[in-house]
Amino acid sequence: MRSRKSIAVLLLLILPLGFSAVWRLQHQIDRQLDRAEEENDDVLLRSGKLVRVLSLEYGTFLADVYWTRAVQYFGLKRFRQAMSMDMLWPLLDLSTTLDPHLLVAYRFGCFFLAEPTPQGAGQPNLAVMFVQRGIAANPEYWRLYQDLGFLYYWELRDYQKASEAFLEGSRHPDALDWMKVMAAKIAGEGRSRETSMFLWRQIYESTKDDTIRKNAFNHVQLIKAESDMEQLDEILFEFEQEHTRLPDGFGELIRLGLLPGRPLDPAGYPYALSTLGKVEFDPKSPLAITTKKR
Amino acid sequence: MPALAIETLGLTKDFPVGFWLAKKRRALEGLSVQVEAGEIFGLLGPNGAGKSTAIKLLMGLIFPTAGTARILGRPISDVRMHGDIGFLPEQPYFYDYLTAAELLDYFARFHDLTSADRRERIANMLKKVGLDGAGKIQLRKYSKGMLQRVGLAQAILHDPQVVILDEPMSGLDPIGRREVRDIILDLRRGGRTILFSTHILSDAEMLCDRVGVLVGGKLRGVGSPDQLVGMKVSGMEVLFELAADPPAAASLLLAKAIRTGDRYRLEVPVAELYKTLDALRAEGAQILSVTQIKGTLEDYFLDLVGADRAQPAAVEVSSR
Amino acid sequence: MTRTGIVAWNTFREAVRDRVLYNLVFFALLMMATAVLVGQISIGIDSIVIVSLGLSAVSVIGLLMAVFIGVGLVYKEMDKRTLYALLAKPIRRWEFLLGKFAGLLLTLTVNTAAMAVGLFLTLFYVNRALHSADLVVLTAVYFILLKLAIIVALALLFSCFTTPFLSICFTAGIYVTGLFVKDIRSFSDITGNPALDRVAVWFSYLLPNFQNFDVMGAAAHGRAIPGAIVAQNTLYAAVYCAIVLAAAAVIFSRRNLK
Repeated sequence: MRSRKSIAVLLLLILPLGFSAVWRLQHQIDRQLDRAEEENDDVLLRSGKLVRVLSLEYGTFLADVYWTRAVQYFGLKRFRQAMSMDMLWPLLDLSTTLDPHLLVAYRFGCFFLAEPTPQGAGQPNLAVMFVQRGIAANPEYWRLYQDLGFLYYWELRDYQKASEAFLEGSRHPDALDWMKVMAAKIAGEGRSRETSMFLWRQIYESTKDDTIRKNAFNHVQLIKAESDMEQLDEILFEFEQEHTRLPDGFGELIRLGLLPGRPLDPAGYPYALSTLGKVEFDPKSPLAITTKKR
Repeated sequence: MPALAIETLGLTKDFPVGFWLAKKRRALEGLSVQVEAGEIFGLLGPNGAGKSTAIKLLMGLIFPTAGTARILGRPISDVRMHGDIGFLPEQPYFYDYLTAAELLDYFARFHDLTSADRRERIANMLKKVGLDGAGKIQLRKYSKGMLQRVGLAQAILHDPQVVILDEPMSGLDPIGRREVRDIILDLRRGGRTILFSTHILSDAEMLCDRVGVLVGGKLRGVGSPDQLVGMKVSGMEVLFELAADPPAAASLLLAKAIRTGDRYRLEVPVAELYKTLDALRAEGAQILSVTQIKGTLEDYFLDLVGADRAQPAAVEVSSR
Repeated sequence: MTRTGIVAWNTFREAVRDRVLYNLVFFALLMMATAVLVGQISIGIDSIVIVSLGLSAVSVIGLLMAVFIGVGLVYKEMDKRTLYALLAKPIRRWEFLLGKFAGLLLTLTVNTAAMAVGLFLTLFYVNRALHSADLVVLTAVYFILLKLAIIVALALLFSCFTTPFLSICFTAGIYVTGLFVKDIRSFSDITGNPALDRVAVWFSYLLPNFQNFDVMGAAAHGRAIPGAIVAQNTLYAAVYCAIVLAAAAVIFSRRNLK
């Protein structure tokens, strides 16, 4: 009995001592490894085909693993505002080679790739190629045409190709009617605020990914703000024409009945008027923060 | 060497039962037993009576819920005294990838014996338990009886003071049982103490200086086999033959006798023995033998078990 | 300590007699196939492929052995009751446990060393020479061995109180989680509740961090590994094994054998 008790006392000593040693060691090891592996985020096997051979029948599962790693990698780099996302493409490439029907990888992956740094990898042409590969593997899925069209429209500003993509997608039996409308509208007038707004709305409504949703929401608000600012500029211009001076502030415009009330941006913060007569975001508004970053 | 080889005091063991292990079943209750040095002590009882539980407690394989025990004066939690103990588990099983000689050598190493000493002891021991031809065969090819013999060999290889054997005769043929009995008696001659469990009464009667009878986890009696059943002679048995077939109108005495072949068997009270013998001689009978009729351990045992079975829920669950 | 050694030696003997080391034949075939094929499927990265594939095989084979033999070390002895006669000898339960651990570790060391020799032979066959950079492979093999020691300790711990199947599940679970410990820590936002996140990060230090031992990439590209990491990893594995084995000893010493 005595020996059993003493061994329990021993454990009570060993556990805290041991784990505090583990804690300290781990921090030292982390420091060492960080130093050693700065240039080391490496995908051991960059060749998707080789991985596919090696993965036996677990390719689909492995694809999910790689996709998860891609999302984590993207999230981490974005969080750290890293300037380079070299590993994003190999990871996306691997996951879709292992499982060419991993639609989620194409849909979100192309956004991650196309967005300019530090929001994304800043590789819109690669993103277009990636979506085209997805379309080739999944011709029945019309949403990829939407993504392709959007990439051409928003990131590359190639309105003819964008229109063609929407048109191509609209021929799909399941495709929603607005695809055809977009094709015609972009062919006719190129970039317009209405089109941009609509496309971002579509992305906002059709995605479940939080990052992309937030991003789309931001864009919708920015486009709204753009139109607000235009209207405010017009009012300011009218005032200047009439009074040959700038107003003291929005208060004066309200008193004169030119504005119904204090103008607020879509995020709910009041617009500011600079001394040079320019309409600006309140520095505290989240919209101001995103525009500065972009 | 202390006078008491094994001493238990209120040794009690509960086992959790049921899916959640919330209920408890008492396998052994308040076992207090003293085994003197140099005696053969038998733990006797039906299956599930708590014999194995008691022995496992002594060997430190399980831990008591209450009570204490000492072997050779040391508490059972002190494994150092295992150097002076030999143990044969119930239905022993050993590493089947080893040969008998390798197994014995493996176990012997824990007893700080030199390699020459080990070799000599192992050869002798294999001969002693009747395995001298089988020492180089892997144990996976052994029969149950052969494993039992290996088990006995490893228990006594290091010449321990106290030998504890759990059902040492099980799985053995009559010759094997006889050999094990001889080994046990031999050990006592060498001054060793032996504690063994059995549910076979004749083994206990034949070997034990004293027995403890366990039924339903409780000790129901301790003493020599004679003491337990009492020295009382309940009658006399007379065996005889008749020169010729008895006449049709035989005496009352002959009518009471039971005939098998040419022989007659007659049970009479002790007081009437001589009267009966005289009468038989008068009839011309040839007396073959006269023996005492005693109560057997079996009678005692069955009485106890019967009484216990009458109580509800006592020995229903077998021990784990 | 000698008693521990006796048990360890017998455990090694059991593994050998159960033909555990036959896996080396598989490894040898794999290396031969790689050596023959590597020149045909790639140009210029022969060594990288051989080293990464070889080390992966060393790791996977070792893991399988550590887990599947590890969970049976104690359980099998309890289940078949071979332990009863052994514990009647003057040996303490923790000595038995330590012996079992050391025995399997010895088996794994022999096995891993043999595989390492095979790996170097393959490298030599393909490159017609060995370079000093190839020594990193030895460090990687050593780290695999450290990792296996922790796995064996864990398997041993679980097998002291649960069935082999559950032990395998728990050990494999901890191993997989242990590969992502760093990710748990680097994601500052785990539950959304800052206090809870703190706890989660602290908790992650209870898990063995198997990422520490993953230097396969460095080995494949022949990058040197600082000596400090070797020392720290050794210490880490030793401390972690000591903790786990101490816990196992306490559980096992209190356990009623059926």
